[in-house]
Amino acid sequence: MRNVKLYTRLMALVATLTLFCATCPSPASAASKLNIMTATTDLAALAQEIGGDRVEVESVARGYQDPHFVEAKPSFLLKLRKADLLIVVGLELEIGWLPPLITQSTNPKIQVGAPGYFDASRYAKILEIPTGVVTRAEGDVHPLGNPHYWLDPENGLRIAKGIQNKLSEMRPNDASYFAQRYDDFEKRIKQADEKWLAEMKPYAGRKIVTYHRSWPNFAEHFHLDVVGYVEPRPGIPPSPQHTVELIGLMKRDGTKVIAVEPYFDLKTPNAVARDTGGKVVVLMPSVGGEKEITDYFKLFDYDIAKLKKAFDETK
Amino acid sequence: MKRFSVLFAFILLAAVSYAQDKPPAPQDSAKPEPSTQETRMKVLEEQVRTLAEQVALLRGELSALRDAKSNETRSADHVLLASSHLEPGTLSTASAAPVVPATLDPGPSPTPPQVAQTQTYGGATSNAKLLNPDISLIGDFIGTAGRNTISPSRSLELHESEVGMQAIIDPYARADAFISFGETGVNVEEGYVTFTALPAGLLLKVGKMRAEFGKVNTIHNHALPFIDRPLATDNLVGGEDGIDDAGISLSRFLPAPKNWFFQGTAQVYRGDSADVFSANRRQDVSVVGHLRLYRDLGESTNIDLGGSYARGHNNAGVGTTFNPENFLTNLYGADATLRWKPLRRSIYHSFLFRNEFFWSARDQLSPVNIFETQHAFGLYSSGEYRVNRRWTVGGRFDRTGRATNAKLTDSGFSGILTYWPSEFSQIRGQYRYGHLWDITNARFTDANEFLFQFLFVMGAHGAHPF
Repeated sequence: MRNVKLYTRLMALVATLTLFCATCPSPASAASKLNIMTATTDLAALAQEIGGDRVEVESVARGYQDPHFVEAKPSFLLKLRKADLLIVVGLELEIGWLPPLITQSTNPKIQVGAPGYFDASRYAKILEIPTGVVTRAEGDVHPLGNPHYWLDPENGLRIAKGIQNKLSEMRPNDASYFAQRYDDFEKRIKQADEKWLAEMKPYAGRKIVTYHRSWPNFAEHFHLDVVGYVEPRPGIPPSPQHTVELIGLMKRDGTKVIAVEPYFDLKTPNAVARDTGGKVVVLMPSVGGEKEITDYFKLFDYDIAKLKKAFDETK
Repeated sequence: MKRFSVLFAFILLAAVSYAQDKPPAPQDSAKPEPSTQETRMKVLEEQVRTLAEQVALLRGELSALRDAKSNETRSADHVLLASSHLEPGTLSTASAAPVVPATLDPGPSPTPPQVAQTQTYGGATSNAKLLNPDISLIGDFIGTAGRNTISPSRSLELHESEVGMQAIIDPYARADAFISFGETGVNVEEGYVTFTALPAGLLLKVGKMRAEFGKVNTIHNHALPFIDRPLATDNLVGGEDGIDDAGISLSRFLPAPKNWFFQGTAQVYRGDSADVFSANRRQDVSVVGHLRLYRDLGESTNIDLGGSYARGHNNAGVGTTFNPENFLTNLYGADATLRWKPLRRSIYHSFLFRNEFFWSARDQLSPVNIFETQHAFGLYSSGEYRVNRRWTVGGRFDRTGRATNAKLTDSGFSGILTYWPSEFSQIRGQYRYGHLWDITNARFTDANEFLFQFLFVMGAHGAHPF
């Protein structure tokens, strides 16, 4: 009798499990769009450039949000659960929020190391990789290098190539489509880059101060000289002593432009600008930081226009 | 109960073996025909060839770099990557395109190009550490001043040093262990493996863990918005350790209306948790169930609701003439959280308002040795506001009966001020008032205390719980 009861329960269990499996999403057919989630909007923009209408792309972080401090909201889990591919910035930028999201997504495709996990930093040129002893006396340092590497069009192109390979591997039938999209993107970004470099040429070697260390790749590409930071150390809020030192430095060097990310408070930068006769310019580190920045090209268009204006006004 | 555990073991085995048999590769659907496979093979061959060329290229560059390195000490950044020599106009596809087939990705650890870089400056030691787990230590120092005759705490103590170790175990699982060294000994606070590659969206955790009962029970001491724990936790849900036991947890997203997140969790534990549950026999396992409902009310505001249930045996019948297996404790919980954090100023301002309610039904013997069930109710309500990047202010209200005597109601409130020198340390002060029942003198007594706390974090950045 007992055995019969146990058997019935086992059968019920098997039925429930089957039901569970029946409700899980059926394997995507080749015709359906590849579902891509990215950590940041810049990677989403690049994935969109390559994927075109064969992919559906969405970013977890918004363009005007500090990518170090995104909240691991359960609503993101619903999106990650359905993703075929997850593209991350890497270099521990998302370490404070992405790992639990990946684990809890219950999506085997995008687990770290799975074919659907794509670390864009592997394809980019990385700056500021600390050498020697790394401690947090230097603030919130990134031991693997500066994670704001997407702000260099060359890196954009490298990441795009990586994405093209990944997409072709996941959808071999669309490989030629992705290759053609990449070629097109390469042509456009090179043209745009020539234009940007020409626009920035008159300002080559100009000194700027930035709030956070978000701009080394940008500065290197466009030949700017970042001489100081509003933060005394990465991730540490401005201190009065450091601000005084910074003002001194800017006055000595004749540095006039302070670039600030949209998610930082403008009080200290404004105070520094007042004291030094400089100018605060809010530059966007990511696509979507302002409404008009809808793709990777407009990001540079926007930042370069803002910078040029600031340089011209502080001659 | 026995049958239940057999069934559970069955699901477990079935699920785990399924997960391991099935390679988690999602692209099966994309290569059904042999012709596509052939093209795929060709593509792969092509990639291998390009790779070989690249390796040769890289080798050459690496030796060139080594030579350069000996002459030049600074500006290592600029010559690190092979591709850094390229001008945007001259990006040749062969070298700008790292055609690394991503199936070779070794995971989260540094990338081939970066590994090469570390090696150039004697990174043998850092490479040796690559497969170590992320290790962290969180020190929690607490001081108390003032008067509390009911539950006095030490004037100064290193309350807890919690060592965390977290790693990805294999393609199917990750593990987390938190070992806490307190004033009275060592305790494995949590140590569990999470299987992430199960079918049907199941998430399985096995090990010792904090049970998914409400909110505060799942949160480690150092992540709480206060120094102590709410009175209701102390009186009804096992105090500081709470429901923290060895067991198995299975959770899954449940169907929900659009934009709602709905998750169900079912857990089975041995049945030994602080003074809440105690397993007198092997089959006295405890069970915990939790439902979580979440919704974004906008990009900065969200609401998080939960319902919890826990059931297990208690020790009220031990040493009496009654049968100990008849003494059960049933716990019910409800929680509601409202969060606000504007994305553009997320590091400067945020607000969290949380309420939790607990109902306890505990079987026990009355003073005259009659079997009875005590129905006690407790709640806390707390708020926390981040004033600027470094300061938060908060408050909490407590009111709760006692599990063993529901008529005795303790109440209190707290005001909390927190200062964050950086993300990795925290200094907190808390004023706590308690209106507590004094059993020995059979009257209420007032407790006025000031608590202060220093928290410091070493090692890997843990992810912040949400």
